[in-house]
Formats: sequence, C-alpha cells, structure tokens
Amino acid sequence: MAMPQTNHAMDQSSPVTQDIAVSAHNVSKNYGPVEALKDLTLEFPRGQLTSLLGPSGCGKTTLLKIIAGLLEPTAGEVQVDGKAVTGPGPDRAFVFQDFALLPWASVIRNVAFGLELRGIAKTEREDIAEKYIKDVGLSGFEKSFPHELSGGMRQRVGLARALSVDADVLLMDEPFSAVDEQTRRKFQEDLLALVANENKTFIFVTHSIEEAVYVSDQIAILLPRPSRVSDIIRPTGLREKDSHSIRRDPEYLDIVDEIWDSLRTYVE
Amino acid sequence: MTHRSLYLKIFSAVIVFGAWEIAGRIPVSYAFPTFFESMAALGRMAFDGSLWQAYAETLKPLAIGVAISAVTGNAMGLWIGLSKFFDWLFSPIFIVMQAAPLAALIPLLVMMYGIGLTSKIFVVCIMAMPVIVLNTAGAVRNTPTSLTEMGRSFQASWWEVILKIIIPAASPVIFSGLRLGVSAGFIGAILSELKITPTGVGDIITYSRSIADYASMYAAIFSIILLAVLFLNLLERLEHYLFEGNTRGYASD
Repeated sequence: MAMPQTNHAMDQSSPVTQDIAVSAHNVSKNYGPVEALKDLTLEFPRGQLTSLLGPSGCGKTTLLKIIAGLLEPTAGEVQVDGKAVTGPGPDRAFVFQDFALLPWASVIRNVAFGLELRGIAKTEREDIAEKYIKDVGLSGFEKSFPHELSGGMRQRVGLARALSVDADVLLMDEPFSAVDEQTRRKFQEDLLALVANENKTFIFVTHSIEEAVYVSDQIAILLPRPSRVSDIIRPTGLREKDSHSIRRDPEYLDIVDEIWDSLRTYVE
Repeated sequence: MTHRSLYLKIFSAVIVFGAWEIAGRIPVSYAFPTFFESMAALGRMAFDGSLWQAYAETLKPLAIGVAISAVTGNAMGLWIGLSKFFDWLFSPIFIVMQAAPLAALIPLLVMMYGIGLTSKIFVVCIMAMPVIVLNTAGAVRNTPTSLTEMGRSFQASWWEVILKIIIPAASPVIFSGLRLGVSAGFIGAILSELKITPTGVGDIITYSRSIADYASMYAAIFSIILLAVLFLNLLERLEHYLFEGNTRGYASD
C-alpha cells in the first residue's frame, strides 16, 4: 500500500508552516486537588494522525475528552479550525475504547445513531450507514446485534458510526486496546489506509509505543503528574513504506527504543 | 425449539398438579383438597359468576394501585437516579417503606382512610412502589458512562440522552423491578382484602375457609396465582418487544 505523494510532501514541510486543525493552548485540568493536566500546549496538523502516548495516568484521555468537548478545561482553551471548543460539535467524532454501542440496537441503528441524533431522516441515514458498514467490512451484519459480534467487529461498528457523521476530526481513545493482537494489527493497517484516503485529522490515544510509531505522523509524549508534553516525535521516512515493512525499518526500531528510554523511568 | 420448551412447561405442570392430586388423595390434611376437586370448584364459581364478580372487586384496587406505582414509581426512580440531591432526599423513604412490615401499618391506614377502596389502593402502592422506584433509580444511576458520553459527543440533547440512551439501557432492571413490584402488588391486593374488609377474591378465601369449603378456597388461591403469572408473562413479552437486543437470546418464548 504505497502512500500518496501529497502526504510525502507534507512530511517534508516543517511543522510551523503546516495547516493546524486542532490546537490546545495552555490547557489545565484539575480534579479537586489533583492536577491531571498542567499548562499543556499542543498542535495537531490537518490531515495527519497524531498520537498521544504516555504511561497510564498521564492524562491523555482527559486531553482527548477536553478536545471532544466532553470535559471542561480548568484553564486554557482548545481550538478546532480556529474556533474555541465549548462543547461537543459536528466537526469532531469520537471512537470509544469500550466501543460504546447500544446493546438493544442493531448494527445499522448503531452506525446511524450519530445521524439519528442530528435529525437525519431514517431512510437517508440508513443509506449512509449502509455505505460505511460496507467500508468497514461488515456487510451482511446490518441486522445483527452487538452481542452477536466479536470484539473486533464491534469496534468496526464504532468506527463506522464515527465515520458516518463525516466529521473533520476523529478522536480515538485507545480504540484497539480491547481487541485481540491479530485483530489489532489488521486495524492498524486499515487505519494507515484510512489516514491516507480520508482527508481527516486523527487524534489517537494509545499506551502502546509500537502502535504509536506504526500509525502516527506525529507522536506527542506525555509525562504524568501533572501531565505535560515532554517530546514531539515526527517519523519522517515511515509514511512511504509499505505497511508490511514498517516494523522492520531501522527508523521505526530506533524511535521505539528512544521512546521507551524516555518513558521507562515513569513506569512502576 | 418452541415446541420442546412448550412440552417441558406442560410436563412440569403435570408433575406439580399430579403431586397436588396425590397429596390431596392421601390426604395430607383434611383441609387439603385434591387438584381435581379444586378445579371443579373453580369451574363451578366461574359458571355461577361469583368468580367474575369477585375479580371485578379485587382488580379495582390492584389495577389502580399497580398503575399508580408503575407510572409514578418509574418517574420517581428516573428522577432519583439522575440527581444526587433527590437520591439523598427520597431514597431513604422508599428503603424504609420496603423494609416496613406492611401488616403492622394496615390499622394505621384504616384509621386514616377508612375501609374503602383508598386504603386498599394504598396497600397495593406501598407494596409495589419501593421496589419499582429503587430498581429504576439504581439502573439509571448505573448507566454506563461511555454510553452517555457517546450520546453527548454526537450532540444529543439532554432529553435525547434520557430517552434514547438512559431509559433503554436501564430497561432490563426497570422491567425486573416492575415484575417484582407487580407481584408485590398482587400480594398487597389480597392482603388488603384479608386484613381490611373481605371483598372479592379475599372474600372467597375467607368465606370458604369459614364454612370448610376448602376446594373453593384453593380454587380462589390458584386463580390469583394464575393471573399473576399470566400478567408477568405479558410484561416479559412487552419488554422483549420493546428492547429486542437487550434480551440477548434469553427471553422466554
């Protein structure tokens, strides 16, 4: 799966001149006396995948939920397309770690649920849902219920639901952590294709170093207590690689090592 | 599959009624009639119309009480489950109501509301309401956070989150509360007819016992159990119809 040349060109340009889709400015979040995030500033380039990587408790999910508008920051501001976030909006869609499917609703109703909440008529939203169910490879399961699907298939439903509302920004909270290793690898490959084919900005929370290096254009390493961005790593040569040979690339291995060296002291 | 479970149901009914018949024939007690004697008494009462008259009387407090308990109980439960403040304010009342020995309260109710329909409706409500309220409140409170967050992230309004996520998610526990509440309501209805004034089915039970017509007494008890079971089955079907995916293939046929 060769990557399109446009992405290649983007990789070469410097981060400063890039088009920024989402930005967090001096964001802090306190839970009572606990500082989850402190004065965090981070930019997410348009059309690229940025990973938030760090040990557990470093506030990466908190940051994602603040960007989603599900949590209010204690201080600071998040902007999407230059507009301040005050709550959930049509420009962002969320993929949940535990899938967050409605167990009483069929696959097609689950996928169309985001559109249902937006007041799209039933036939229209089911046509759209049908297309995305096909895209994620679940054709024939439209009438199935979530409990009849495997973990991997459930997350495909969650992904189809997020894609069907056609938001510019896709927020993914450890989306592959609840599926088995083989399914996860397939998901990671599919995600690379998705980033290449859809002109969307992906923000991806993960605790897996390998996963982050494999799928990301930009990796933000967060360190805990209170959380701050300790480093931003931009793999340069991995995007042009075939998805099967990335894991053997020296750059991939070096970055994985480098990240582990910086994180190991924070892991109990 | 349906046939097999239907046969199994008939089979277990045959065992229970057979045991009843045998116990009646031994007899285990002079006051214990056989199954067929009881059914004959049931048929007789159905034909002379006394059974239907009795039910017309019994169903009044039962239906009104259960309806009030179901509607206000679920509304209260939803309210308590959504708000910590109302949980703090109202939950203790229903916990006390659930724990209180009802028979001890009946004289109090009679003093306040007399021996008429109002007292009987009260008894049904006191029996049925707490479990409905507490189940609904607990289920609403325990709605998975990720589901409500999912709704909010797709810009659901407050009402949409309640109607399309919280209530369906809570529905299995709400329905189990309803089933328990309705059975408790049946107990309350009969209890009130035995304890306050003998009317309806309670009257048949009290009267036939006093004249040693045990077959009629057991027939009346049997009929009220049958009615309760049928009603609970109906509730289960309603639940299965409304929230198909929630039953995960375990719903009864």
